[in-house]
Amino acid sequence: MSRLHGLAAALAVLGGVSGVRAEVPTTRAPTPAHVWSFDGPMGRFDMASVQRGYAVYNQVCSACHGMAAVTYGDLAGIGLNEAQVRQIAASHKVPGPLDDDGHPTRRPATPNDHLLSPFPNPQAAMRANSGVVPPDQSRLAMVFPGGPSRIYALLTSYGPAPAGMTIAPGHAYNPYFDGRQTAMPQPLRDHQVTYADGTDATLAREAEDVTNFLAWAAWPHLAERHRIGARIVLYLVFLFVLTILLKRKVWSHVH
Amino acid sequence: MAKNTDLHETRQTVTYTGVAGWIDRRLPVLTGFRAEYITYRMPANLNWLWNFGAILTVVLMVMLATGLFLAIHYTPSAADAFASVEAIDRQVPSGWLLRSIHMTGASLFMAALYIHLFRGLYYGSYKQPRELLWITGLVLLCMVMLTAFAGYVLPWGQMSYWGADVVGKAVGAVPGIGGWLEHFLQGGDAPGDVSLHRLFILHFFMAFAVLGVVVVHVAVLHVAGSGNPKGIEPPAATVPFHPYYSAKDAAGLVLFITVFAVLVFFFPAIVAEPENYRPANPMHTPADIEPEWYFLPFYGILQSVPSKFGGLVVSVGAIGLLFLAPWLDTSPVRSARYRPVYRLGIVGLVVAFVTLGLVGRHHAEGIWMIVGRIATLVYYGHFLLVMPWSTRRERTLPAGVEGTP
Repeated sequence: MSRLHGLAAALAVLGGVSGVRAEVPTTRAPTPAHVWSFDGPMGRFDMASVQRGYAVYNQVCSACHGMAAVTYGDLAGIGLNEAQVRQIAASHKVPGPLDDDGHPTRRPATPNDHLLSPFPNPQAAMRANSGVVPPDQSRLAMVFPGGPSRIYALLTSYGPAPAGMTIAPGHAYNPYFDGRQTAMPQPLRDHQVTYADGTDATLAREAEDVTNFLAWAAWPHLAERHRIGARIVLYLVFLFVLTILLKRKVWSHVH
Repeated sequence: MAKNTDLHETRQTVTYTGVAGWIDRRLPVLTGFRAEYITYRMPANLNWLWNFGAILTVVLMVMLATGLFLAIHYTPSAADAFASVEAIDRQVPSGWLLRSIHMTGASLFMAALYIHLFRGLYYGSYKQPRELLWITGLVLLCMVMLTAFAGYVLPWGQMSYWGADVVGKAVGAVPGIGGWLEHFLQGGDAPGDVSLHRLFILHFFMAFAVLGVVVVHVAVLHVAGSGNPKGIEPPAATVPFHPYYSAKDAAGLVLFITVFAVLVFFFPAIVAEPENYRPANPMHTPADIEPEWYFLPFYGILQSVPSKFGGLVVSVGAIGLLFLAPWLDTSPVRSARYRPVYRLGIVGLVVAFVTLGLVGRHHAEGIWMIVGRIATLVYYGHFLLVMPWSTRRERTLPAGVEGTP
């Protein structure tokens, strides 16, 4: 099979040279622009979407990706109240103290606990994921080249590989990954999750919601920063006008 | 120049009474403050470039205050440093704000320092009798650069780690003792736990050492007094520091803080490198290792010179030359306003400095290598050719300008 693919690729190259057929591209496709509510200096999060995005993360992404820097208590930042945060924390079991016989135990998480990582160490993560460690998602939206728009694009762009392209074992075709393939199997489909607020869980909806959640995780204080900033800058501009008037008054005697 | 009432009022001697008087007779802090910050005579013709001394003092205080609180929550170990910085950003109340102010503050401190330095070069502030003032300022520049480097390593992200690695390798290029020195400074063959712990202590210690040298810098300033844009001394007119320059400094400071706030609250990404939000990974070199913008010109020189050790010497020498300015340029005319040749040299110097920053950003590859070498020559040329040569030609004020240069 792979020999056939190799032959097809060689033919494609030859075809490209003779101008009969174009080569299958392997560099990743340029990220299409996507408008986000958090874009720009006054951006803010669509909190309903961020909360649905947490559901997607919790039910799908967290099976393979950790979010080690974030605590359950931090989820108050997506608009959950204290009782909801406690309930979410308690539904996860984290390693507890050793019991009287020296055996490890598990206990329900508290708001101070960090989000549970799916694998105990990178080796275990690699073994379970075709030799690739699924990246931690705490700052993924910030550090991932292409940012949130590329995350959205790749979540919605799984599909059959074009003819003539070789896909490595355990990999899937996706034009927005380097080499146009990825070790991450298609994570989201229509109705992959059920939303508590009754929103229709289409693939596009799920992808946008989880991208909003990942963006919140990467910039958790964005909205607060913009809100405080607007007041502070307004105050400073007012103060600047006053100090300039004072300076002019003081210096009006000189010259 | 109108002699006004304010001016006479502030010249009166004030006798303190009560508790203030009791203290002042034993330790004349109030009299001293009054003499140095209220009645203190300043040239009347200073322009806005003279605001940056006060701005730097205030930014230093902001850095010390925010840094102290960050240090309370920071863990200087390779295993926990990254997580402790994440906790500051996420879990510590207002930690994200303190850290953002500290990070933006570092960039703006260096920006203000470069402007302050440019002011000194343009208006000949390094000239006799202010050589020591100039040298203490350059010592501060070196100390602040060292502090900034150490501070950048502390979050232990990818750029922290690989930045420290590049600096270690640069030190390792010193002939003979290089390898030993690199190992000694890092406390190992690569940046690690020991280096991080040392750099944390260095960063914390240097911050307060800088404060100490600032006190000396200001003390030296108050002996010779401020220079002025015309460079004619004594200046034709003077005014008391308060209220004239206290008011002007306040306005400049508020404008500077406004820019600071806009960066902190709306454009923090301008000063924050995303790659540094990935934890340090000694097994994975980032595609693009690049220092903070304020080191780019020196990084540009380092990379333009073909030999590694040569690059180190030439790039450290670029700062070393600044120390020699008072003796390379002995023209009695201070201000570049009245020195066309010297002024041209300064323009070349600034263009070369900015160009070298771009060269650093492009890793001196291809055409940038040539550009980098030319810019390095122009930079050195200002000190080694323009300064001595223009000293011989530009010795008198142009006709129509009165005073002693």
